[in-house]
Amino acid sequence: QVSAALKEGRVTPTELCQQCLSLIKSTKFLNAYITIAEETALKQAEASEERYKRGQPLGVLDGIPIAVKDNFNTAGIETTCASNMLRGYISPYNATVVQKLLDQGAVLLGKTNLDEFAMGSGSTDGVFGPVRNPWSYSRQYKENSVPKSHSEDKESNWVITGGSSGGSAAAVSSFTCFAALGSDTGGSTRNPAAHCGVVGLKPTYGLISRHGLIPLVNSMDVPGILTRCVDDAAVVLGSLAGHDPKDSTTIQDNFKPFELPNLTDVSKLSIGIPKEYHAPGLSGEILALWSKAADLFRNAGAKVVEVSLPHTRYSIVCYHVLCTAEVASNMARFDGLEYGHRSEMNESTESMYAATRREGFNDVVRGRILSGNYFLLKQNYEKYFVKAQKVRRLIANDFVKVFRSGVDVLLTPTTLTDAAPYREFIKEDNRTRSAQNDILTQAANMAGLPAINVPTALSERGLPVGLQFIGRSFQEQQLLTVAKWFEKQVRFPMIQLEEVKKHDRDVFQHEKSASFS
Amino acid sequence: QKVSVEVLDHLEHLALVDFRDTEGVERLQAAIQFADQLHEVNTDGVEPMDSVLEDRCLYLREDDVTEGNCTKELLENAREKVEEYFVAPPGNIPLPKLEERDTFLQGS
Repeated sequence: QVSAALKEGRVTPTELCQQCLSLIKSTKFLNAYITIAEETALKQAEASEERYKRGQPLGVLDGIPIAVKDNFNTAGIETTCASNMLRGYISPYNATVVQKLLDQGAVLLGKTNLDEFAMGSGSTDGVFGPVRNPWSYSRQYKENSVPKSHSEDKESNWVITGGSSGGSAAAVSSFTCFAALGSDTGGSTRNPAAHCGVVGLKPTYGLISRHGLIPLVNSMDVPGILTRCVDDAAVVLGSLAGHDPKDSTTIQDNFKPFELPNLTDVSKLSIGIPKEYHAPGLSGEILALWSKAADLFRNAGAKVVEVSLPHTRYSIVCYHVLCTAEVASNMARFDGLEYGHRSEMNESTESMYAATRREGFNDVVRGRILSGNYFLLKQNYEKYFVKAQKVRRLIANDFVKVFRSGVDVLLTPTTLTDAAPYREFIKEDNRTRSAQNDILTQAANMAGLPAINVPTALSERGLPVGLQFIGRSFQEQQLLTVAKWFEKQVRFPMIQLEEVKKHDRDVFQHEKSASFS
Repeated sequence: QKVSVEVLDHLEHLALVDFRDTEGVERLQAAIQFADQLHEVNTDGVEPMDSVLEDRCLYLREDDVTEGNCTKELLENAREKVEEYFVAPPGNIPLPKLEERDTFLQGS
């Protein structure tokens, strides 16, 4: 919608950019952004405006404000990964996905907040503080949440965004940008998307370049896309997917961007409901919603079958071992010599490295590095690391079997519950929380499959709940088509933010309400 | 089984990262316990999986130089440098042994 508005001149890229920038300022309490690239954004908006004046926009994304998670390299802009280790690090280059968006004329507003080095499921463990879910400030939440006591400060009741791409999800959800990049290794894009009521797409591993994405787990990381509707996600995907010579893990097949058809007949569709996703801890509400969704498909004529992915409950354990092992290796590059923080300790190379890493990493990161090293010790290698790799194959094979049996798309919940209040969430440590929250999203990363969160309904507390669709490898078109059909059926409500100044909100609701495509 | 102090010390040397306190060590113990669940799974005859793209050929390109010459940009982020070199403190000096270090591991 906004893209059409730009084309017709109803709004200009600079106006759009300025409105977003001022909205970012007025929603600063969300702590969604780490760095705001005001000057460069305005310049990009001006350049875009010139192009529209000449009638030569670069494409649908020209002039569209976007945000990027702070673990993507952005030339000339600080990239911190929410860690002391990279504070002050100004990237010398753009990540391929960032470059692709800029080449399409998108306006980069800033870098969003995350858990340190994308390790976490709450966006609470970064050095810049936790991200607040915009829905904490929505009328829907306020009307439905029961304050514990009269004297309770409303400030302390805010809920988390989920993680680790919480900043990106909050940014999209609070209308400060139209699309954001996240990353997804265990659910890091889909989890916050579910909690913040936005669409979160995890593409197939190998479809989108990881060049410039600071790696966590090389065999599972993918850049993630967060938008307010499925059509937008398809547009962004179209501009990002494809082989990149700089990332040898991208496949060479030719990728053709697609538009999503408006599916009306689902009778040829086969939806699989994996019974193991009825995991312990799944809230009654979400279970009911999942069931309702299955009925929705069934009543519309689709074939809905229960399927089994027997190794689902081991995916978290498997992830735990493989992730920490790869992290131990990936974090080894941070030694203070070439970039990032460097300790004052100068007695020897090793002592400088040790001091730098002691000072630069938080508990979560250090914990994972140490665990990873443990699993990689000679005496443990077969027992843990290789074992986990074998279990990984079993998990991936589960999916192959199910898809081979004729199922097109799997339907599962994305999270076990709606967003938790921050003070509840921090009662358990990062690893426990990750183990609990990644349970429904992790297996898709294990198998490299595409998956998408579609906001479905509001919980009793007035917070968003999403459902997840998992598709076949490289079948994003089918996956998104189904997701779009579902999105249309559920008509997820718009967030009613009261803190946003009234006139801003009117402008936004009028012109930019949901989408840009 | 608890992890021995020798192994903990060895890990700190390998990782060049410290446990810092008993909480750090407990975290490792919990992580190991959690990972032990893997042994419930029967993986006889299963090959380890390195990558989901294992059925595809790795992309190879021609051995032509297509980019580079960015010495200045690369040096920009380094704190200590001399001409075109990154400056490191003297190498080949091993970290002190457990007995010589001032670490909480001594007490455990």
